[in-house]
Amino acid sequence: MSQHVVPRKIYFAVFTALIVLTATTTTISFLDLGPWNTVVALGIAFVKATLVALFFMHVKYSPRLTQIVVAGGLFWLAILLALTLGDFLTRGWLPVSR
Amino acid sequence: MADAGAPVAAEPSTGHAGPRELQHQFDTMEQQRDASSLGMWVFLVTEILFFGGLFLAYTVYRSQYARAFAEASRHLDIKLGTFNTAVLIISSLTMALAVFSAATGRRRALALFLAATMFLGAVFLGVKAVEYTHKFDDHLVPGAHFHFPGPYARQAEIFFSLYFAMTGLHAAHMIIGIGILSVLLRHARRQRYGPDYYTPVEVSGLYWHFVDIVWIFLFPLLYLIGRHLH
Repeated sequence: MSQHVVPRKIYFAVFTALIVLTATTTTISFLDLGPWNTVVALGIAFVKATLVALFFMHVKYSPRLTQIVVAGGLFWLAILLALTLGDFLTRGWLPVSR
Repeated sequence: MADAGAPVAAEPSTGHAGPRELQHQFDTMEQQRDASSLGMWVFLVTEILFFGGLFLAYTVYRSQYARAFAEASRHLDIKLGTFNTAVLIISSLTMALAVFSAATGRRRALALFLAATMFLGAVFLGVKAVEYTHKFDDHLVPGAHFHFPGPYARQAEIFFSLYFAMTGLHAAHMIIGIGILSVLLRHARRQRYGPDYYTPVEVSGLYWHFVDIVWIFLFPLLYLIGRHLH
């Protein structure tokens, strides 16, 4: 964080983007995009979360050590998701003799 | 300013925090502030994995029962969900502005924005209470009285178990957040925070924004997944 004070302009810009993205994701959910509904909804959520973390939570202006800790947390979350889903989503790919 | 005429309490209310706030193990205020932020982030990383386990459970069950989850999701109130998402985003803005006010010495604005953030948090919880009540009325609470029309009753019950676990845990975080903010507000009214020292405001802000991020993912995954059906 250091001595950096984030100007209010940035907060209002991020806020506007978050509200617009919320309206967008709700609107899009009523369209039938097949499997893309989930992809778009999660994509928009990811963008919103990134905006909140970078600007509201000052990750963009934080010391490198803090940024590494944040990235490390997400990396561990990725391990949790990837290894478990690597099991569940691939079941039935190979025939199993009983 | 409002407290100008009040009797001076045990602690000096000059507002000049300065070295008085510097703990002996740190060399500078900046070092102390960075260490506090880092500590909060380490806690938030454990929270990421805490909620991550629930998101994982959701993903596994939804991959097995996609159709049932979509049907069940349509029983949530999308208007209230969208409204609450907006309320939380506004509360994140007021929280960010509270940090800005503290950092720039705007003490009245700081108290105002903290109070506004608490109010918006309470609005969110109020709407959540209304939603929970509807779920009880509609027999959508998992347990002996759960009732779901159609062939997907058992799987829909799993969806609603996850719904209550995830939103319930999130609501618990909101309640804790409002408690933290009430302490901040008390200290802010005693002029404890200023440009030299506002770490508690900054660090509590990190927590509040994190809880907002959790909802940013809960909202589409719980409310939006079945809207395009029929």
